[in-house]
Amino acid sequence: MGYPHKTHPKETPILSKYFGEPQARTLEGWKERGGYRALQQALGMTPADIVNVVKESGLRGRGGAGFPTGMKWSFMKPGDGKAHYLCVNADESEPGTFKDREIMRWTPHALIEGTAIAAYAIGAEVAYIYIRGEFTEPLRVMEAAVKEVYAAGILGNNAMGSGHRVEVHVHRGAGAYICGEETALMNSLEGRRGNPRIKPPFPAVAGLFGQPTTINNVETLAAVPHILNNGAAWYKSLCLSNPKSTGSKLFSVCGNVTRPGNYEVTMGFPFKDFLYDLCGGPLPGRKFKAVIPGGSSVPIQTMEEAESTLMDYEGFVAKGTMLGSGGVIIFDDSQCMVKHIARFARFYAHESCAQCTQCREGTAWTTKILERIEAGGGTMQDFDTLLELADNMTGKTICVLSDSCAAPVVSGIQKFKHEFEAHITGKRCPFRATAAA
Amino acid sequence: MSAQREGATQADAMDHSSGGAIGEIPYEPVFVGKMKEELDALLGRYPTKMAALLPTLWMVQRERGWVSEEAMVEVSQVLELTPAYVKGVVTFYTMYHQHPVGRYFIQVCTTSPCGACGAEKVVETLLQQTGCGDLGATSPDGRFTVIEVECLGACGFATPIMVNEEFIESVTPEKVSQVLSQFK
Repeated sequence: MGYPHKTHPKETPILSKYFGEPQARTLEGWKERGGYRALQQALGMTPADIVNVVKESGLRGRGGAGFPTGMKWSFMKPGDGKAHYLCVNADESEPGTFKDREIMRWTPHALIEGTAIAAYAIGAEVAYIYIRGEFTEPLRVMEAAVKEVYAAGILGNNAMGSGHRVEVHVHRGAGAYICGEETALMNSLEGRRGNPRIKPPFPAVAGLFGQPTTINNVETLAAVPHILNNGAAWYKSLCLSNPKSTGSKLFSVCGNVTRPGNYEVTMGFPFKDFLYDLCGGPLPGRKFKAVIPGGSSVPIQTMEEAESTLMDYEGFVAKGTMLGSGGVIIFDDSQCMVKHIARFARFYAHESCAQCTQCREGTAWTTKILERIEAGGGTMQDFDTLLELADNMTGKTICVLSDSCAAPVVSGIQKFKHEFEAHITGKRCPFRATAAA
Repeated sequence: MSAQREGATQADAMDHSSGGAIGEIPYEPVFVGKMKEELDALLGRYPTKMAALLPTLWMVQRERGWVSEEAMVEVSQVLELTPAYVKGVVTFYTMYHQHPVGRYFIQVCTTSPCGACGAEKVVETLLQQTGCGDLGATSPDGRFTVIEVECLGACGFATPIMVNEEFIESVTPEKVSQVLSQFK
């Protein structure tokens, strides 16, 4: 166990600075590293001032959508007489993504501090950190850290002696990818099946327990104390390309690559340098073939596209995909794309909550067809069927799980059609044949 | 009739039908003594009792190893829900066991990123060395059950497995025997 690599000189270690240091997990260790100064400062500010600093910093949601954080917070109307809630999305389940896990494992107090600041800024007295059920170690670390801060009077009825009530509770999920969808998470927290809700009403109007609610990703909140400590201008200056994408971002890297792990870079970093310098390039004797840069729900990139991409929200969109959650999945030339796209489809079929017909049926049929092609039983007509299914699965359901299933199928057929055709004409998987020979 | 009373009535009825057969071991309630205290503390965190459902089910599984129909009835009573509602929630989530499993419940991630790094071979090796044979089956000695799961969120440490509450990273077919030897 441990953090798998030393910080690369081209990284910008802000959130990851203390990964791998067990002392940073303790309250004492965290305070020695400047912890809870930002919360102390925040509790002496007006909530509106905090929201303005975060707005000014340009911080955007790190969970996938990239929504401006300060603006999201400003939707919570102060003085409406209602109980406000903050939900922290620690249900990190997007295949390829494992950054929030490391934040919670190594710097639990960074998340608690960011959570407490956000709760105060949106007028919430209670925040829930919803951690996916499989994250047993992050859960233990977070629970221990929460206990410590309550004992130290940092949280509670009189947080840090400020007279403000700030409560943070850790809540464990129980195995369901869909609970990472914000309204499904709220349903799950309320003790319901994790079915996404129809929007509107949006969470800021009627969210958790029907009350005004903000939901933020772990990485987003962990950045907040740094912004308060160093100022919005400093955060904004962390930008290598588009000024709409500021700050540092953790990217999780996995698949067929020399050095998998988490890397933190400034927004706008060149993806080519990232893949070859930081991550060490392909395994010996192999070549990279394809990259899914933002978790399994975003379109697949060819290497040509990936190598000319700049790593920020706009940069990935310009090259036909999305930054998403920052989960970089790499496949090399030994891998069968049809097999992997089929496996992703199977993932979504398994994780569909089955509320919407397009998703329940679409993910299941997409999987069946792709697996049949992979096994050598495909026909040229399958392309049309798959694309028609994908069209019916996109933009037509309560949440975007079904769109996420369709994205790699459509981009896979566009960019790796020759591999599908080889399966269909050869009536078997060409990669499997190679492995057997 | 209030939702609370309706739930209690149904719970009573189901309790009666499931607990009375001659020769069956009577159901021992989970939420007594210390467990009741823990539950009460938990309830303080939420504005509704229903919100404590997931953590309450976790407590049941921690104590009993799985969540039986009887336990669902008990949970429905302590949280003032109906047994059918509780079962609806239990069945939505993958981590609550609805039947007893081996002493060590092993979950192996086989989603694409791990698949690209050889997760299938890890599954094969685990099935062989545990004696489970098939996915979901418990080994003849009652020690192990092995299942495949979707993304465990540790893709850079392929292949991650979970043994009960223990998370083990970077498992390869070669490491399987050493991993299994820790779980007697």
